Amino acid sequence: MSGVQSKTALAQGLDIDALRREQAGAGIDAETIAIEVEGLNLFYGSSQALKGIGLSIPQRKVTAFIGPSGCGKSTLLRCFNRMNDLIDGCRIEGQIRLHGKNIFDRDVDVAMLRRRVGMVFQKPNPFPKSIYENVAYGMRLAGMNRKRDLDDTVEWALKGAALWDEVKDRLEDSALGLSGGQQQRLVIARAIAIQPDVILLDEPCSALDPISTLKVEELINELKNRYTIVIVTHNMQQAARVSDYTAFMYMGDLVEYGNTDQLFTKPKQKQTEDYITGRYG
Amino acid sequence: MNTPGYKSHISSQFNAELEDVRQRVLAMGGLVEQQIVEATRALMDADADLGQQVAKNDYKVNELEVFIDEECARILARRQPTASDLRLVYAVIKTITDLERIGDEAEKIARMAVDLSAQDRLSVGMLEVHHLSRHVVQMVHDALDSFARMDPEAALAAAREDQAIDREYESLMRQCITFMMEDPRTIRRVMDIIWSVRALERIGDHAKNIAEYVIYYVKGKDVRHVSIEAMEREVKGG
Repeated sequence: MSGVQSKTALAQGLDIDALRREQAGAGIDAETIAIEVEGLNLFYGSSQALKGIGLSIPQRKVTAFIGPSGCGKSTLLRCFNRMNDLIDGCRIEGQIRLHGKNIFDRDVDVAMLRRRVGMVFQKPNPFPKSIYENVAYGMRLAGMNRKRDLDDTVEWALKGAALWDEVKDRLEDSALGLSGGQQQRLVIARAIAIQPDVILLDEPCSALDPISTLKVEELINELKNRYTIVIVTHNMQQAARVSDYTAFMYMGDLVEYGNTDQLFTKPKQKQTEDYITGRYG
Repeated sequence: MNTPGYKSHISSQFNAELEDVRQRVLAMGGLVEQQIVEATRALMDADADLGQQVAKNDYKVNELEVFIDEECARILARRQPTASDLRLVYAVIKTITDLERIGDEAEKIARMAVDLSAQDRLSVGMLEVHHLSRHVVQMVHDALDSFARMDPEAALAAAREDQAIDREYESLMRQCITFMMEDPRTIRRVMDIIWSVRALERIGDHAKNIAEYVIYYVKGKDVRHVSIEAMEREVKGG
């Protein structure tokens, strides 16, 4: 069976085609799409903040939105769990489908949507409660009350957020006593405790020091095995480090969206090139 | 085609660093070109002094390579270049490696020249060697020129010359072999010529690599190990 053997040998070390496919990254195909945006227009009063956005966000990958301030990246991110509903004068056209279901449909329960699509903000915002309660809070809201279940899930979520070892001996201490980086990971633990499908991160590291930033980035890399992650960041190197796909936005337009490796080595659009290389636009 | 944009960063310091590294590559290219010209002249004229001088000067090429390498490493560490900036730094790192190897080949030719000058002169293929060396020098010059202007069309033209050089090399080899068969006493001397011709042919290969890096920088396409027709499609297309 030398044929089989040589094939195995190839697969182990020398299958160049496979290496190339791996390098190019898997394409975004229909089965693996978590969020699909189609013809999305968003207006704040009379000014249009998002212009005909269309893109597909793949499941269990990290997708980054980059672009200058005011380009609409945070606005787009906030659309994914309908945070913009809270803003007066905000009007939205088009569709965002979460696993095929348009989140703007009348029968969509926004509270349920936000449980499936969790969000972490720029500034860590723990509740002024104990570390334990911060994580357990969402689960209590979801109807989980048995102490054993709560204990298990809190531990699981804190481990998932790479915080457990640092806080396991002081779960009853106030969350406000944690460092900024720890608070941010606590907030992420709170988000994953209710087991969402998608986690939205809006500049999660911009208030953190470099080491805490690396810890959160490491965490993002772990989390993508279970969750779909969408991150908005001002830090292009961060987008390059953590994401599988990157979208570049400018003045409410989606300029370019593609594989992160490709976008950072050979962007298709000149606008993207100018932005990521720091040139005059 | 847009002019290369390495001068239009918001950070003027970054502009200066990229321009600086580019200028140094061109200076290194100029030095290497001079090394080949003088090495082949030493070979033609059986000029031992010139040959020794060229061999001695190779250290300058090596030092420039190390220096530019360090500069590139610093830019990578401090600026984290992306897109065309990244491709420029990458192309520079690759280019100076080939330039350094061209320098080594020139040194080899220079040493052959010293060796040959101590022996009876042979008439075998000298005219052809002269022709080949001029062809190779021109190709290196064209490749460096395409680098200076970051012109993919010029790079393609330079890369194309490699085939002609390979043909000249093969014909010279056949001639040398015939010569040795006719008169085995010349073998030692003809071997020196063969080494020199071989070095020239290798220089052509390195010059082709440099042309490929220019195409990579401008077009973002890796055209190593592809046919000249495929290379042409990448340059003309998109």
